[in-house]
Amino acid sequence: MNGVSILKAILTTIGKDQVGIIAGVSTFLSEKKINILDVSQTIMDDNFTMMMMVELKDESVDFTALAHELDDLGKQLGVEIKIRREEIYHAMHQL
Amino acid sequence: METEKIKETIHMISDEKLDVRTITMGISLLDCIDSDSDRACERIYRKIMTKAKNLVKVGQQLEAEYGIPIINKRISVTPISIIAAASADQDYFKYAQTLDRAAKELGVNFIGGFSALVQKGYQSGDLRLINSLPQVLSETDLVCASVNVGSTRSGINMDAVAQMGKVIKDAAERSFMANTKMVVFCNAVEDNPFMAGAFHGVGERDVVINVGVSGPGVVKHALEKVKGQPLDAVAETIKKTAFKVTRMGQLIGTLASERLHVPFGIVDLSLAPTPAAGDSVAQILEEIGLESVGTHGTTAALALLNDAVKKGGIMACNHVGGLSGAFIPVSEDAGMIAAATAGTLNIEKLEAMTAVCSVGLDMIAIPGDTPAETISAMIADEAAIGMINNKTTAVRVLPIKGKKVGEMAEFGGLLGYAPVMAVNAASSAAMIARGGLIPAPIHSFKN
Repeated sequence: MNGVSILKAILTTIGKDQVGIIAGVSTFLSEKKINILDVSQTIMDDNFTMMMMVELKDESVDFTALAHELDDLGKQLGVEIKIRREEIYHAMHQL
Repeated sequence: METEKIKETIHMISDEKLDVRTITMGISLLDCIDSDSDRACERIYRKIMTKAKNLVKVGQQLEAEYGIPIINKRISVTPISIIAAASADQDYFKYAQTLDRAAKELGVNFIGGFSALVQKGYQSGDLRLINSLPQVLSETDLVCASVNVGSTRSGINMDAVAQMGKVIKDAAERSFMANTKMVVFCNAVEDNPFMAGAFHGVGERDVVINVGVSGPGVVKHALEKVKGQPLDAVAETIKKTAFKVTRMGQLIGTLASERLHVPFGIVDLSLAPTPAAGDSVAQILEEIGLESVGTHGTTAALALLNDAVKKGGIMACNHVGGLSGAFIPVSEDAGMIAAATAGTLNIEKLEAMTAVCSVGLDMIAIPGDTPAETISAMIADEAAIGMINNKTTAVRVLPIKGKKVGEMAEFGGLLGYAPVMAVNAASSAAMIARGGLIPAPIHSFKN
């Protein structure tokens, strides 16, 4: 794999449903060259809830900067967008 | 992707205030001992600065990557009374200044270990360290202190108990915040990541990472789903929740240990509250079915909670250690503050509660004119509970200069605020004046 390690993260988007959320998030990810592996989207308690499993190609990715950019994007779209490495979900629910 | 589980985790972090309360790096200073105190302090400074260089940075990286708040990054060191004993210095303020300077330059929240272990008597450094405490606590910012005055194996050093009452009074005269940074222990543990009582035991490795989890809000929320069900269901729910919370601590500790190239020590399974709404241990007890914490039934509910937290957490991590149980600091817990203010929670009930949970009389504001002997007697009572029950107990009481019962004392931030609580007005002075050693209990002779 040419020494490039791949890490997986879960990107969650939660907020009031409106036009353009999926488009906004997907465009952002594509600009960052972040690949989407899986998507699940539903309306829960009147809230738009989308979970994406994404693949980041380099361990050196700056999560702090990425989180800030996602915060800004979330504000534009009126939703909350968070990214977390997937291990945290495994750790909590699996032995 | 299991979206339900992802949702549950997100909900715990965003709405129920799940966090990792602390990553604490324990650093041995035994190789810094020198008869020249300036040289010893220089070595201490250099060792801490080298070993903990990346502690804050790694903590922040993990917060960003895993989206879980890590509230504190801290350092604990070998008890300074042992390190400083080789020097001829008569006071150890210089050592505390060195710790304070290193902590500030590294950006950690606290550094613990300005400590002495005197459960059976004083070695040469212990008395000098204890005499330095009022100045250290009032003139440094990040240094935390502790003194272990008793243990199940040794009994209770009542000379030290008497002296600590005076130290607490003296420190309170000098600075409002001084006593928030000091704990008087019985059965102190050597791998505690929580402040103010953390120090790095002499039996520990050179450098180690210990983690303290939290999550009272998560437990309270989980219990809302089993309203009215038998207490077995309550215990089961707490166990399952504690398991999940502890897994988070295990993950973060493992990652921190890998990235800092330091062995992972223990996860401390304590439920640590904060004054924020929904982050309260008292409110868990109230959710179990008490109108207010402090009423009859509180001790039983707390015993159940404390035990279930341990049972749930113990399989979730490799090594459990530290204090591991529920904390009941009054000023740091919105439910405790409310009950103390309303008068449904008093010091006598808190003392009973400490017999079944992990610490002791913690963050309790008392009148500024409380006699030193009364404070010593409170310490003696707690130490007796710890000694007889084979558990850690601690006292962190805060005499508030010029304030009377019912007036409010504000400590700020995570330390919160508390009403000044009444202490028993009858004197304990003659007992404290006796000094000496309360012998170890019969059940300590196990060999």
